[in-house]
Amino acid sequence: MSERILEMNSITKTFPGVKALDDVNLDVRKGEIHALIGENGAGKSTLMKVLSGVHPYGTYEGDILFQDNRCEFKNINQSEELGIVIIHQELALIPELSIAENIFLGNEQATKGVINWNKTIIETRALLKKVRLNVDPEEKIKNLGVGQQQLVEIAKALSKKVKLLILDEPTAALNEEDSENLLQLLKEFREQGMTSILISHKLKELLKVSDSITVLRDGQTIRTYRRTEEEVTESMIIKEMVGRDLTELFPDRVYNVKDKVVFEVKDWSAYHPLDVERQILHNVNLHVKEGEIIGIAGLMGAGRTELAMSLFGKSYGKKITGTIIKNGKEVSFKTVDQAIKNGVAYVSENRKEFGLILIDDVKNNLTLANLDRISKHNVLNTSKEVVEAENMKQRMNVKTPSIQQKVVNLSGGNQQKVVLGKWIFTDPDVLILDEPTRGIDVGAKFEIYKIINDLAEKGKSIIMISSELPELVGMCDRIYTLCEGEITGDIAAKDATQETLMTYMTQKGRS
Amino acid sequence: MEGLKQLLSNNVRKFGMIIALIGIALLFQILTDGILLTPLNVTNIIMQNSYIIVLAIGMMLIIITGEIDLSVGSVAAFVGAVAGVLMVTMDFPVFAGILICLAIGAIIGAWQGFWVAYVNIPSFIVTLAGMLIFRGLTLVVLQGQTIAPFPDGFRGLSSAFVPDVFGGEGEIQLFTVVVGIVLSVVYILSELKIRRTDLKYDFKTISFPLFIVKLVLFTIVINLFTYVLAQYEGIPYVLIVLFVLIIGYTFVMNKTVIGRHIYAVGGNANAAQLSGIKTKKMKFWVFVNMGVLAALCGMIFAGRLNAATPQAGNLFELDAIAAAVIGGASFTGGVGTVFGAVIGALVMGVLNNGMSLMGIGIDWQQAIKGLVLLAAVAFDVLNKNK
Repeated sequence: MSERILEMNSITKTFPGVKALDDVNLDVRKGEIHALIGENGAGKSTLMKVLSGVHPYGTYEGDILFQDNRCEFKNINQSEELGIVIIHQELALIPELSIAENIFLGNEQATKGVINWNKTIIETRALLKKVRLNVDPEEKIKNLGVGQQQLVEIAKALSKKVKLLILDEPTAALNEEDSENLLQLLKEFREQGMTSILISHKLKELLKVSDSITVLRDGQTIRTYRRTEEEVTESMIIKEMVGRDLTELFPDRVYNVKDKVVFEVKDWSAYHPLDVERQILHNVNLHVKEGEIIGIAGLMGAGRTELAMSLFGKSYGKKITGTIIKNGKEVSFKTVDQAIKNGVAYVSENRKEFGLILIDDVKNNLTLANLDRISKHNVLNTSKEVVEAENMKQRMNVKTPSIQQKVVNLSGGNQQKVVLGKWIFTDPDVLILDEPTRGIDVGAKFEIYKIINDLAEKGKSIIMISSELPELVGMCDRIYTLCEGEITGDIAAKDATQETLMTYMTQKGRS
Repeated sequence: MEGLKQLLSNNVRKFGMIIALIGIALLFQILTDGILLTPLNVTNIIMQNSYIIVLAIGMMLIIITGEIDLSVGSVAAFVGAVAGVLMVTMDFPVFAGILICLAIGAIIGAWQGFWVAYVNIPSFIVTLAGMLIFRGLTLVVLQGQTIAPFPDGFRGLSSAFVPDVFGGEGEIQLFTVVVGIVLSVVYILSELKIRRTDLKYDFKTISFPLFIVKLVLFTIVINLFTYVLAQYEGIPYVLIVLFVLIIGYTFVMNKTVIGRHIYAVGGNANAAQLSGIKTKKMKFWVFVNMGVLAALCGMIFAGRLNAATPQAGNLFELDAIAAAVIGGASFTGGVGTVFGAVIGALVMGVLNNGMSLMGIGIDWQQAIKGLVLLAAVAFDVLNKNK
């Protein structure tokens, strides 16, 4: 059991402005299930991309040894040839093709370019049997459930003579029964001598099946537990995952929290826009006072962004029910436009896709959400626009040579300041900030925090969604925890530790 | 000098096409032994290309929102046919006939806009269908025949000239010269006003000598142009229509909330939607607008031909798309100017006209135009990758 199959030594990977991996070591033994765990952004996926050749040799530092051979993968094909197969979080199957076609895609069972369909079907049938999926090999992928698709992915991996199987959040989208099946399957593979690396947020699951656990935090290896050698508990892992120094990371704040509740959400429910049977949000209740900063904590897939977007002019979901009360009066926004006019702003977690018009300049982006402010009878006052945009640029401290600069040329932090500025320009009472500091460096984070504190001091109500628990604890007055579309906790920040939050975030129905 | 360099490097694309247009014009001026820029031919170029310019303006808006319209040629033919039936066969008054035709254009635009914006069918498909539908309906309306001739009032739209109110005798049309002078005064005053506001707000401005050079240059161009026209018959009515359209649409795109919204929808529809812009409504109205302009194009063309024919407007959509693309539109949306579309249409127009004057056959003309289109876009792509 203790023979080594994979060794990754001192892996360092930098993206422009961010060190994603910093001297990471990973040591996987043959025939084990090795769990890789860490908060969002800790570097798990990046590490696996380095291993599989998505980030090719030369773009990172450090060594990879697989079965005691040094590996320098230039692309994903080279790693697959050696039997390293990764199954990504977003499944990479083609919905319109059959199971058999998908499994042998790029690896067609052909002689001289002509596909041998009989062989393809027979082999697929054998593979499906191994993953205990009892469906017709010629069924189209789009007719399968998520759990079944996951199994097809695994069958596809098996077809490539896999030696090391990497699963990135395989159970995130699965229900309990499917998850259970999948884990059972992994155990069986282990009996047959296969090695797997399992990335997951679900601690219970990991503890159930894994032999070793490596914890990553902020792009560094914290430690690796060998469960045959030592006792590991959930709380030990949580502590390693979140433990970091909070002092000095957050700017001082002048507290100005009033008793008046500005924004209240009652019994808010919403269903998936495409799958109207699937309820994404279950009777969410929350409120925020004048000058208050509240946080929403939840793991990926808990429904954080869905909640924010459904509140913001019904930009997400079907069959939305529930009430919004603003300044004591019931309001309803059917469109984004109405939400903005009622003093609500939403800063998207994805600034490039949903926040900015990258090919446009700083000025036009800053004013876009509130052109009424700089126009009369629909005619723009472009001089006033320049003055207002210039003011906002200075207030947000956007580092750009001019407001005529295209935002695509700005750094992530400065882009984020432009998005924030754009929404402050609409003069909102309630700001919903979705991952306001994602993918920006520490310095820019601090500046964004200062802007947020400043807004709260001026009596704005802030709802802050974040995957970074320290950020929530450091910035908020109260924190709601969201788990699978339900609010599971409402915790005063002074009583909140990352450990308690993590517990509420992972356990539904505890509150 | 630094200022000038900055100005040029910031607007390579914009000036690039103007320079290309001037270059092509000069080239043909030499190749045709000076025929290209004679008063008669300049007037011809304007009138021959007027309907493509009208289409190109609408097409530019469509492409800015990230869509395409392949049906404009057929729509123009259909509206021309309806105009023929109304005004020739049924003796409708000209003015009422024109209004009805524009309304029909709007309805057609609304029909296509509905499928694109609200049913989410790709505009390529919707307008490809429209191309077939309206070509077919043209034949139905005309019953395969050509209808002619149109009443004089209708023909005037595309082939008459503004009379000389000063009754200028002889070689020069006095009125046209006066219009040139008035235009230059308006131009200089508006530039001065803009400069004054810029200075007031402490905006970046070009240096004063450079500013004067710019004023003088443009004043010369305006007056030279009107002087050339004055030597022939003066100002064609259709030029006034174009002038109003260009100024109007430039104003809408640069100076109004609607214009900003159109650019935003094309630049990033998701971000626009989350900024409170009604993206579907915007796309719908851009198609309605295209329908109206296609109708106008159809009428100008029918008037110029003095007949409504089943073949009218053939391949106009490709000329309009080419003009917009040469003029700086990008198929990913969000980029382009009305002025650029006009320049693009003129580049194609001057090429056509110059080659015809030289006696180059239609076969080679097509091939050369294709190469120019490809070269213009390649230039743009390479320039962006730098």
